[in-house]
Parts: sequence; C-alpha cells; structure tokens
Amino acid sequence: MDTANQKKTIALPRNRLYSIIAIAAFVVFAFIADRFFDAFTLRVFNLCAIYIVLALSLNLLNGFTGLFSLGHAGFMAVGAYVSALLTMSPQLKEMNYFLVPIVPWLHNVTLPFLPALIIAGLVSAFVGFLIGAPVLRLRDDYLAIATLGFGEIIRVLITNAQSITNGAQGLKGLPRFSTTFAVWAVAGLTILFMVLLMRSSYGRAMKAVRDDELAAEAMGINVFRVKVTAFTVSSFWAGVGGALLGHMITTIDPKMFTFALTFNILLIVVLGGIGSISGSVISAVVVTILMEALRFLDEPMNLIVFKTEGMPGLRMVVFSILLMVMIIYRQKGLMGNAEFSWDMLGGLFVKKGRKGGDHV
Amino acid sequence: MTLSLLFQHIVNALSLGSLYALIAIGYTMVYGILRLINFAHGDVFMLGAYVAFYMMTLLSLPWWVALLVAIVFTAFFGIGLERVAYRPLRDSPRISIMISAIAASFLLESLAVLIFGGRPKGVPVPDVLSRVIHFGSVSMIVISLIIPLFTFALLAVLLWIVNKTKTGMAMRAVSTDIEAARLMAVDVNKVVSFTFGIGSLLAAFGGIMWSFKYPQLNPLMGVMPGLKCFIAAVIGGIGSISGAVLGGFLLGIIEIMTVAFLPTLSGYRDAFAFILLIVVLLVKPTGLLGKRQAEKV
Amino acid sequence: MKKAVVTVLLVVGIAALIVACGPAAPETVKFGVFEPLTGANAGGGALEVEGIKLANELYPTVQVGDKEYKIELVIADNKSDKVEAANAAQRLVDKDKVNVVLGSWGSSLSMAAGPIVKNAKVSAVGLSCTNPLVTKDNEYYFRVCFIDPFQGTVMANYAFKDLGAKKAVIIREVSNDYSVGLAKFFADAFKQLTGDENAILAELNYNTGDTDFSAQLTEVKKFRPDVIFAPGNYTESALIIKQAKELGITVPFLGGDTWETPEFIDVGKEAVEGVVFSTFFATETPITETSKVFLDEYRKKYNKEPAAVTALGFDGYLVARDAIQRAGSLDKEKIREAIAVTKDYPGATGMISLNEDGDAVKSAVIKTVKDGKFVYMTTVEPY
Repeated sequence: MDTANQKKTIALPRNRLYSIIAIAAFVVFAFIADRFFDAFTLRVFNLCAIYIVLALSLNLLNGFTGLFSLGHAGFMAVGAYVSALLTMSPQLKEMNYFLVPIVPWLHNVTLPFLPALIIAGLVSAFVGFLIGAPVLRLRDDYLAIATLGFGEIIRVLITNAQSITNGAQGLKGLPRFSTTFAVWAVAGLTILFMVLLMRSSYGRAMKAVRDDELAAEAMGINVFRVKVTAFTVSSFWAGVGGALLGHMITTIDPKMFTFALTFNILLIVVLGGIGSISGSVISAVVVTILMEALRFLDEPMNLIVFKTEGMPGLRMVVFSILLMVMIIYRQKGLMGNAEFSWDMLGGLFVKKGRKGGDHV
Repeated sequence: MTLSLLFQHIVNALSLGSLYALIAIGYTMVYGILRLINFAHGDVFMLGAYVAFYMMTLLSLPWWVALLVAIVFTAFFGIGLERVAYRPLRDSPRISIMISAIAASFLLESLAVLIFGGRPKGVPVPDVLSRVIHFGSVSMIVISLIIPLFTFALLAVLLWIVNKTKTGMAMRAVSTDIEAARLMAVDVNKVVSFTFGIGSLLAAFGGIMWSFKYPQLNPLMGVMPGLKCFIAAVIGGIGSISGAVLGGFLLGIIEIMTVAFLPTLSGYRDAFAFILLIVVLLVKPTGLLGKRQAEKV
Repeated sequence: MKKAVVTVLLVVGIAALIVACGPAAPETVKFGVFEPLTGANAGGGALEVEGIKLANELYPTVQVGDKEYKIELVIADNKSDKVEAANAAQRLVDKDKVNVVLGSWGSSLSMAAGPIVKNAKVSAVGLSCTNPLVTKDNEYYFRVCFIDPFQGTVMANYAFKDLGAKKAVIIREVSNDYSVGLAKFFADAFKQLTGDENAILAELNYNTGDTDFSAQLTEVKKFRPDVIFAPGNYTESALIIKQAKELGITVPFLGGDTWETPEFIDVGKEAVEGVVFSTFFATETPITETSKVFLDEYRKKYNKEPAAVTALGFDGYLVARDAIQRAGSLDKEKIREAIAVTKDYPGATGMISLNEDGDAVKSAVIKTVKDGKFVYMTTVEPY
C-alpha cells in the first residue's frame, strides 16, 4: 500500500506532463482537422464534441447521482430554442414566422453567441430546477417515467406555442456558431467542470447519494438538495448541448427532441460506463463515429458469397443489440466507473497485470 | 353543450378508457411481480397486432382464430423476451434492467421496421365488429361495446388467478419478497415466466383490440399506448389489477373530457396524461389503489 | 479493461477506414437520394424512392455536351431525424460527391440539408416538401411541387365555389408543419372568399401518432359546419374520417395531397368515400406524354396505381437530368442556373416551371375517392 502511494506521488508530475502534452496534441489536431478535414468528417468530429457535452450531463445524473432521468431531450429543446431565438436576426425571424408573427418582445432581440449560449443553459437549468424540485421526491422507475413525461410535456408546449417557437414549422437559418473551436471548447470546459465537480465535496456527496441514500442522509448530507443541484446542473449542460446542436444543424423543430434523442445519449452513457467521465467521452466519440460508419449496414451488400438487398433499419437493430449485450454481459460499460489514467494506459502496454484504474 | 353531446363524450371516454384499462392490466401484472417497467410492453402489443394481421391476410384465417394464434404466439414471445433480456439482470441494479428494457423496446421497433416495413397497414376489421350502433343520437361501433366487457371479464379472471390459485399465491409471494419466496420453495423462474406470458398475452389481446378499433398498424404504434397505459397503471397503483382498470378509465375520461370542455387545448392532449401522472405521483406516490411499499434498505 | 481499450482502438480504426474510403468513378453522374427510409417518415420516403428508381431505369443516362454519362443513384437514409439528416446530406455532397441531391419527404428534413447543399453549392431538388421555408433564402434548393399557400387556397376555393360552403371547421395536426401551414392558408382564403371573419367556426388540434379523435369530432358535431378541412398524415386522417362517420358526421371532408396513398383507402375503407383533396397529378388524365410513360411503366412494374409523391420523385429526377443536359456541363453553378430556369418541362405531374423562389408553379388536381379508388375531378390552374 505504502509503495503504491509513493509511486503515485512520484508519478504525478510525470502524468501531469503527459496530460498537458496530450491536451496540446489534441488542440493541434483540432486545428488541423478544422483546416484540412473535409466538411463531412469535420461535421462528425464536431458532433462528437456535442455528444460529449450531452453524455456528460446525462451521466452526471444517471451515473454520478444515481438518478435515472429520461427527459434529457426536453432540456436540450429548451436550450436550443432559447439560443436560437436570442441569436436570430429580426429579418430571419420575419422569414421564419410566416404563419403567426413572433411575439414583439422577442422580435428585436439579437445577442452574440456566448451570452445566448449561457442564457440558454441558464434557462434550461431553471426549467430543470422547477421540474426537479417536485419530481426528485420520486424514486427510481417513477422518477424515470416522470422525467420522460416532462420531456414530452416540454415538446408539446413548444409545438403549441406558435407565436414564440413557430410551432411545427420549426426554425431555419440559425447562425452557424458551432464551429470546431466553439464546440470543442465547450466540450473541454464540460470535461474540466465534471472532473473538478467530482473531486469537490459536492461530487463526493453526489456519489454518496448514489451509493446509499440512507447512509448519505445519516452522514448529514442533505440528499434532496444534492439531487436538485445535480438535476439543475445537468439541465444546464443539456441546454448548452442542445443549443450547440441547433447552431450546428442550423435548423430545429419540436420533432427533433423526442425520446429517440434521449435514447442515443443514454446509449453513449451506458456503453461508456455509468459513472465514468472518460468512459462517456470515449463512448461519445466511438458511438458518433459508429453511427455514421455503420451506415453501410443499411445499404445493399455484396459479400461475395451472397448479396443482400438494402435493409434500412439494420443499423438501429445492431445498436439496440449492442446496448442489450453490453448491459447484460458487461454492465459496467467500457470503463465501469473507473477513470482513464496514464498508469492504466502504461499498464496496458507494459503488461503489468494491474487491474482497472483508480476507483472513484 | 347539449345532453346528447355530453352522452357522446361519456361514451367516447368509457370506450377509450376501457381500452387503456385492458392494456394497463398487463403492465401492472409484470410490474407488480418484478418491479420492472417493461418498456417493451408497447412493442409486444404491436407484435400481437401484426401477427394477427398476417394470420388474417396471408393465411386468411377467420379473425377469432387469428386472434387466438396471435395471443398464444405473443405470450411465448414474451416469455422468451424475459429469458433473454431481463432474467440475466434480475439481481442487478434496477437501472440496468430498465436500460435493458429500453434496448429491447428499440430492438423490437427496429426489427419491426425491417421485417414488416415502415409503411402503415390497414387492418381488415371483421364486419360484425365495425358496425355502428345508435342509441338515439349517441353512436358507437360494436367493438367499443365489446372491449369493456372483455376488460371486466379479464379483470375477474386475473383477480381469481392471483387470489385464489396456487400459482397466484406464488406470484404474490414473489412480488412481496423474491428471496423469501425462493426459500419457501417457490420456483421463481417459473412464476416470472408465467407472469410474463400472461402479461404478453394481455398486451397482444389489447393490441389486436386496438387495431380493430383504430384499424391501422405501424411499427411504432405501441409506443404511445404503451406509455399511456403505463401511466394508467401508475395512477391506479402499480401492481394493483383493479387499480390499473380504474387508472385506465380515469385516463380515458380525463383525455376526452378536457378536449370536450376546453377544445382549444386539444393540441396539448398528449401532455394531459403526463401531467396527471406527475400530480398523482406527487400527491399519492403509491397510486390510487396501491399498497404502501416498505422501503427496502 | 485492456481488452476493452484494444477493442475501441480497433473499432475506431475500422470506422476511420470506412469513413476514409469514398471512391469516385469518373464516368458517372451521381444523384444523391436523400430520403427517410426508417423512422416515422419511412413510408413517404419509400414512395418517392420508387419514383426515382423507376425514372433511373427508364432514363439511365444523361448527355453532357457530347459525352454520355451513366446516372448513378446514391441513396442515403436520413432516418426521419434532423441530426442524421444533416449528416446524411453532408455525406452525399462531401463523400459521395453527388452532382445533384433529390429529396426529402418531410420539409423539416429538407431544411436540415438546406445549409449543407448551399455551402457545398450543390443543387437540391425537393420532391414533395411543401413548407415554404425550404426554398426561402436558399438559391440551391428547388422543388417540383407547389407549396402550402397555393394548396390551401385551392381547397378554400373548392369549398366556397363548388360546395357552396359558408362555415368550416379545421382539424389540424398541430405537430406537422404541413398541416399547420395548409390550415392557415385555407383559413385566410376561406375568410376572404366568404367575406366572413367568423367563417372558421373552430380549429381543433391533434398530434402525430394519435389514434383516437372522438373528443375532437364530437366537438365538430356541435358546430355544424358545412365542410371540414383536415389536412394531415394519411393514417391519422383516415382514422379521423372513419371515426367521424361512426359518429354520424356526414359533412364533406377536404384535405391535401398527403392523402393520396393506397394506405389512406386501406385504413379508411368505405368511410373515406367522397372525401375531396388537392394533389399533384391524376392517373386518369395523363397531362403530358411523360405522364403516360410513367403510368404505363409504373403499372407494369408494380402492378398498382402510383401515389402522387412517386410521380414527383420521377419528375425530380427528370428535372435534374434535363437541367444537366441543358447546362452541358457538370459545373455546379451551371447546373444550378439550368435548374433555376426550368420552364414548361413536361413532367409526369404536368408542366413544371420554377419561379424565382425555386418553387414549381403548376396546376393542382382535385380528386375524390370513389369505389375505393382515387378519381380525378378537376384541374386548377395556378393563380
């Protein structure tokens, strides 16, 4: 035990150096990507960043606080709409609202991206707080179904509030703010935030609530407050992620934010490991790439031995099975609730036979 | 609002509510025993309707034969589903089982798109069931009259099974404490399989009735009814069979009457069910007829 | 843990390989088919692809200058999902390097592709996406169908002039942009025609995927309208009309082009007899030579009657092909200019001319359902 600790203290600066080098390398890579990748690859690359934000925000609930929430798409919708409405120019709004004019107080608002993004997150967080305060008294499956319900309610409200959201027509021509720099900066910020949060006393309180609510309560943790905080913070990042997504596709409508979207994010979180930051990050990247890479499954295949007709939908079948197999045979997901560390990677190559990373 | 319109609304509400009730029973059975939200219940419902459809169109079986074949097939399918997707996770955290259930639901939907095709299909409803009958100015179709009868008949049968038979006693034992039941020599796997069989059978039956009342099939047809009937089951008190029936009727009445009295809110109709759910959960988390569960530590 | 990491590295590697390979054969012109083949809009997507494929079989080549190219269809599933749709569109213009994009069923999906084709300067031809926003502010998006305002007005005229209706009730699919748009333009035109601000007695809503409309319809009964305008998805609409008949509502139902699918009659059966809707094309009265070709070949191949959107898929392909031929070059800008000046092109759905927004200006056809078949009633010229 002692030697292990010693090793760690010695290893620390070196590992920090590795981290700095890795981050620098990634920044350089992102610059290169931005300059030289073709638009499609770059789009997938940037989508990875957005999914990292979304996966982390869901993992904060499902993984770290043990709250099973299925209403993520609703908060994303709030963020996407708030940011879109705040940044679109009056002319664009006039073009979009050709059926029912937009309410006057929104007509002339045009904010730059950053404040709009922050407000989007804050509004989403506020909605999360409003919803969380009552619903978080529920447990497990009831909470899941209630959050699912709220996700749907938000969508129904957006659909019907035509003079604010343009209803089913959706919005088009959102400014293209989600540049490589923007999305990866936010993703980096989210990762940093999550790491710091998990190291703080708040993070430990969340994990305590997850592991044993009663024990946590007995330790003097205000369980309810921790839950509401987690829910609010998670909604904030979901709103930010939704806003980024909107500014990437540059058009949004209520049908975008259905349960299927929550499912995609849940898939990422589960595959990556419920309760692992690095797991979510890796999984977000892998799943986003796979979603595109596995497109060939839907297309006609020529496997020399036999030919298949195009089978649209096969990809989703594969993903569902993957999720099921993962949850049955490797419940912890890719990373379990361990985190990536350089020692782990070292162990991987040197074959030291160490098991797992340091546990959280 | 005239009296005859009001009666029409009431008839509509009861006929929709009885259908919700019918499907909610299956939900509540499975949940009561396993504490598992079977997200795939709605998709089993869809499967039942499709199987009956193909029996009627491809094999040109009479509708009642098709119905029987379909519900038996779907019952076994449900048992298989439990084996594959839920049994390995029985002792895992509930979040895991729920994720597996969600995955199973998406799997069934995507498979249905692949096998049955994404385009909706019209159901050849037998003429006897689709005839319109009039009571004064109030009208309804025969199937709407039959569904409540079936709902109550099934309610009676299930109450009898659960309360009076040996299997029922085993089911209650598993529901109360799965470990203790095992110690008392109850074959838990058998009981769970049986429950799933019954639950899926009810889902298939509900799906077929649904497809006779609203004669179209599509791979996602089970999603909304699945959610709403789960809500009905929760409102009634999950695990309580009479509660599910009560919840189903209540949901039907509220959905119809809100549109009836506040027609401008008709676009928000899907939200009503969820609002009702949240209100009930907050006021009485165990549902209207549910028993209080001791917190397991 | 190690295994997991190795697996991930492998998967990423393979994925990268797959993403990386995108061969481009020189002797072909590529048409990207951007359609939902899975998800909620799969049905519509499949219908349009049918038309495009048929056109491709009949006219597999294109003459560019003095060289003949083979037209290759690159089909991308946009999964009825905006995020996926944007990816799919980007893939088409970027990886597959298509010369033209065709599609998509569902205006919101087309809107997701809008900025992508605009950036890549690749022209896109929408087939049945009728939301005015699709082509607005986007000189690279065109469409071979008319848009919601025209269709709503056509039906209001029909209700007022042919049916003599004075009061109407509207039933909208509130989560469907198409339905909301049509309803609005119908209401405006109908109020103007009748000169009565209160000519629309009520607007009732439902959501996509609903199956029970008894509450809304019982309300309709209360208002005693002369006519009901209920544009929307074909399954929901068929169920609405069926349930209306069960409630004893005998007022005529009017709708839009989405109704013209076999499933509408399949689901609605006798109940949909006599409903009237506007659409793009009639099988009984072939408008052009191309219509005849399309009808004959379609019936030969599929042994059934085509849907209007299938004909539009057919036309989208032909309009794009014609433009490339006229451009005499595969230069993106030249193709765009050639599509933009399409005028009186004889498509299967009539003479197609594009206006300055890139929307087709063409006649609408009014049809009804009789004896389980769609029957042509009249043609309405563009205003």
